[in-house]
Amino acid sequence: MVLLPRLSLLLTILSVFGTLCRANSSGSSSSTATESETATTNTSTTLTTLPIVTWKWHHIETPYLVALWVLVCWLCKLVVQLNTRLKSFFPESGLLIICGFILGGIVWGADKAQTFKLTPRNFFYFLLPQIILDTGYFMPNKLFFSNLGAILVHAVIGTVWNAGAVGVSLWGCWLGGAMGDLNIGLLQFLLFGSLLAAVDPVAVIAVFEEVHVNEVLFIWVFGESLLNDGVTVVLYNVFDAFVSLGGEKINAGEIIKGIVSFFVVSFGGSAIGVIFAIIISLLTKYTGKVQIIEAGFIFVLGYLSYLTAEMLSLSAILSVTFCGVCCQKYVNANMDEKSVTAVRYAMKVFANGSETMIFVFLGVTAIDSVIWVWNTGFICLTILFAIIYRFIGVFTLTWFLNQYRLVPIEVIDQLVMSYGGLRGAVAYGLAASLDETRIPEKNLIISTTLIVVYFTVVIQGLTMKPIVKWLKVKRVEPTDLKLIEKVNNRACEHVLAAMEDIVGRIGDNWWTRGWKRFEDTYITWFLMKPEARKNRDYLFSIFHKLNMEDAVNYVTEGEKRGSLGFLRSGEGTNVDFEKKHGMEFSGVMPDITSELDFGIDNVPVTSIRNPVPSVSLDIHEQDMKSMSEDFNAHHLLQQNLYRSRKNHRHKYSRSDFTINQSEDEVQEIFQRTMRNRLESFKSAKMGVTPVKKITKHPKPNHKMSNVKTTDKSYPYGDEDFEFSEADSAYSGDGAAARGSPPVRAPPYSLGGGIENPAFMPEMDTPPPPWLTEAETNTGVAPSQRAQRQLPWSPTNLRRLAPLRLSNRSTDSFVMADVAAAPDSSDESPKEPSEEERDGQRDGTHM
Amino acid sequence: MGSRASSLLREEDIEEIKKETGFSHSQITRLYSRFHSLDKGENGALSREDFQRIPELAINPLGDRIINAFFPEGEDQVNFRGFMRTLAHFRPVEDNEKNKDPTAEPLNSRNNKLLFAFRLYDLDRDDKISRDELLQVLRMMVGVNISDEQLGSIADRTIQEADTNGDMSISFSEFIKVLEKVDVEQKMSIRFLH
Repeated sequence: MVLLPRLSLLLTILSVFGTLCRANSSGSSSSTATESETATTNTSTTLTTLPIVTWKWHHIETPYLVALWVLVCWLCKLVVQLNTRLKSFFPESGLLIICGFILGGIVWGADKAQTFKLTPRNFFYFLLPQIILDTGYFMPNKLFFSNLGAILVHAVIGTVWNAGAVGVSLWGCWLGGAMGDLNIGLLQFLLFGSLLAAVDPVAVIAVFEEVHVNEVLFIWVFGESLLNDGVTVVLYNVFDAFVSLGGEKINAGEIIKGIVSFFVVSFGGSAIGVIFAIIISLLTKYTGKVQIIEAGFIFVLGYLSYLTAEMLSLSAILSVTFCGVCCQKYVNANMDEKSVTAVRYAMKVFANGSETMIFVFLGVTAIDSVIWVWNTGFICLTILFAIIYRFIGVFTLTWFLNQYRLVPIEVIDQLVMSYGGLRGAVAYGLAASLDETRIPEKNLIISTTLIVVYFTVVIQGLTMKPIVKWLKVKRVEPTDLKLIEKVNNRACEHVLAAMEDIVGRIGDNWWTRGWKRFEDTYITWFLMKPEARKNRDYLFSIFHKLNMEDAVNYVTEGEKRGSLGFLRSGEGTNVDFEKKHGMEFSGVMPDITSELDFGIDNVPVTSIRNPVPSVSLDIHEQDMKSMSEDFNAHHLLQQNLYRSRKNHRHKYSRSDFTINQSEDEVQEIFQRTMRNRLESFKSAKMGVTPVKKITKHPKPNHKMSNVKTTDKSYPYGDEDFEFSEADSAYSGDGAAARGSPPVRAPPYSLGGGIENPAFMPEMDTPPPPWLTEAETNTGVAPSQRAQRQLPWSPTNLRRLAPLRLSNRSTDSFVMADVAAAPDSSDESPKEPSEEERDGQRDGTHM
Repeated sequence: MGSRASSLLREEDIEEIKKETGFSHSQITRLYSRFHSLDKGENGALSREDFQRIPELAINPLGDRIINAFFPEGEDQVNFRGFMRTLAHFRPVEDNEKNKDPTAEPLNSRNNKLLFAFRLYDLDRDDKISRDELLQVLRMMVGVNISDEQLGSIADRTIQEADTNGDMSISFSEFIKVLEKVDVEQKMSIRFLH
């Protein structure tokens, strides 16, 4: 309740602002009119004086109002979000509608009429597409397609049933005289039923997201809501056409045409979407050159797919849905990681933004005396029938589906599905676009639709959470499965597939595999960049990430050692990583990568285990075995090592968008890995290293770290700390562990540590000033100096990386260091103390 | 089972199999025809080669393990009865038989399904999944692109998570425990045509 004053305060500010703006617009519109008149008279005569400032409200009126409304709507969302207590039991969509009521009241108070409405045109062309694109793009594909059958049954049959049943029942009641005198007929009732039949995706996600029901339930309701929009629009158009044809002219032929058009419109729309998805995927193969606008292509083409379908009078919603669903995989593979992130964020911004606006405007629109025509019988019966038939439809269809399901949908889930049949803005948009000349009771239909929308969004949304809790609906399960579960789940899938093969039955697993095979052979070839194909199934990206993490750790570790020797003892993993690392960032940092590639090419072949191209190409060209193995590896690794990213909830959550949800979990895994790894190196590191060699290493050492740290914002402090602990755990001379790296440095011979000729020229160059300084002044072994230097280097080096790497001359190094000096001056004093602390810690560990 | 492959399935065999496995009559006859078509040697029993001839199994990473699961220890032939017994593990659990017969555990019980999965890992049948055994399965399932160290650490972690008594291997009871949240009934069931 503390927040209530804040809410009211903000709303008053809003209202004052709003009224001011209105006053401005209304007042100025008259004044500007005169002004412009005078201005024209002025210009027509002569400019007596140069006007310094002129009031040009007319010029900017429309865009200004649009921007202002966007701002106001988003502020509403902010206000709603700030009220955590209110939000905890009240659905956000409902609160936004109430905000809309208030805003609408203000506007109405100022203008004595509702000047701002949610017009169907704005809704369908500017607010809806991005929401649908977002849902399609973030659709959990596997879940969606594995439930596609059920979703389609609900979306098509369920929607037709709802439309028909509601329409006919209302008509029956009207005939029975329950609604008094209305100028309406069966066709109009059916039209009304069809526009009211669709479950609204916007409302459904908004409510279900907050409730966190289990995945299957979510995808059923959500998928249904997405696809049945298409169905609704088709039904609506058919009935609309019937209404304008008039009852007498409708014969069997027309009805058949209607059914045919239904299929044409739905499948045609989907096909348009798929075509655009292919265009997007193909385009992103080549957009690497214009990386900065790469992300924009998705939106433009997505929008175009919507408009194209609309132009061809096909289902635009289905079009953009399938566009998003089909392109996501290839787009993510083709585009640069940064662009992918940009698309994701932008998508969320657009979708969330317009969702907010839709709800607010649903509220604003209601505050208008013109549209309200009250007919108690009609409204109550509509709500009643809408709910009853929804329940009947869901239960019947689910009963049928349960006959064919391995795990039947439980009654409780069915209840929630039925209850989750929220109607939303699509229904309103369709109602508002009715033709008044043909449907005399248009206003009654609009007001009833609005009532139904409010009822379902506010009342059902409000009660949804308690009901789900009360019925103990299976919520979404914690997704952090154990490794063995992951491994075993995968194994089970193999077993099932094998069993189906043995039994000789073509089952779901067969289809999945068949599609997979087809996709691997043809589609990925067609739609993915060659490099991306190498990364197919994310195996390589996962492996690459894994390696990258490892390598960062290796380097951190090596820095402490003050040598690069660890690179040699790293069994090639790190080298492998470099290659991939170089590949991935080749677009972003050409300087670095060219350097890097140069370096890599010179690394003795033996140290490169599995050069990338051959391996990855093998996957495609070899036998099916490696392919399916590859696929498994993807899952295994992804799920094992990056399990937090598998969190499905976030994939279709519109408001909560997090990429690395638990970075520390991933880190923890890798630290554990590294500890194991370090254990295995123990023996290799017990030898004595020639000091002479070490003096020459720090520089390449830096260089390596540059490359690796430029992109990863890795919490170095933690890493260092971890490793110091790990060190002390196994080093024989605990306290001295950090102080005397030569002792534990790997026993490499001359040239053994650095064979890479790429680094050799640098070794011949005179050591940079800081190094000599270190040697002469502090008397610390150079390696140690380097070691001490490095903990603060990442922050500097990240900034300086291109500079350092693009110029390898000594001069540039000096320059870089000079440049680094002011930056690092504030950080460097801290670090030694930290080192000491670590040292002490090591001591205590002893 | 008749010694000759051409011999038809006798009614009493069907009855027995029905009792043991819970398959319906039509399922059994249908599966028998499949069994018969797999039986290239026409001796009323399947050998490993018969299974290996199924092309899809060759591309199944766990194919050989799964084939092995059909064969009782030390034998390289499996008759129809044994074939059905193995398949019965994958029969979906039906509502009406959940608590029908508490004494005799049906082959498609949760435990038996898990045991089947467990046996896939447990190559030496000592009722423990050792690190090596797990590693072998992992290696089968991930292909060559992951280094041994990576895989080793995955195996280590897997065992660490499941291992409660600290013997660095996974016993069957640990296996059950760690998978207790997994919907095994669903994950280890396929739909047999009626």
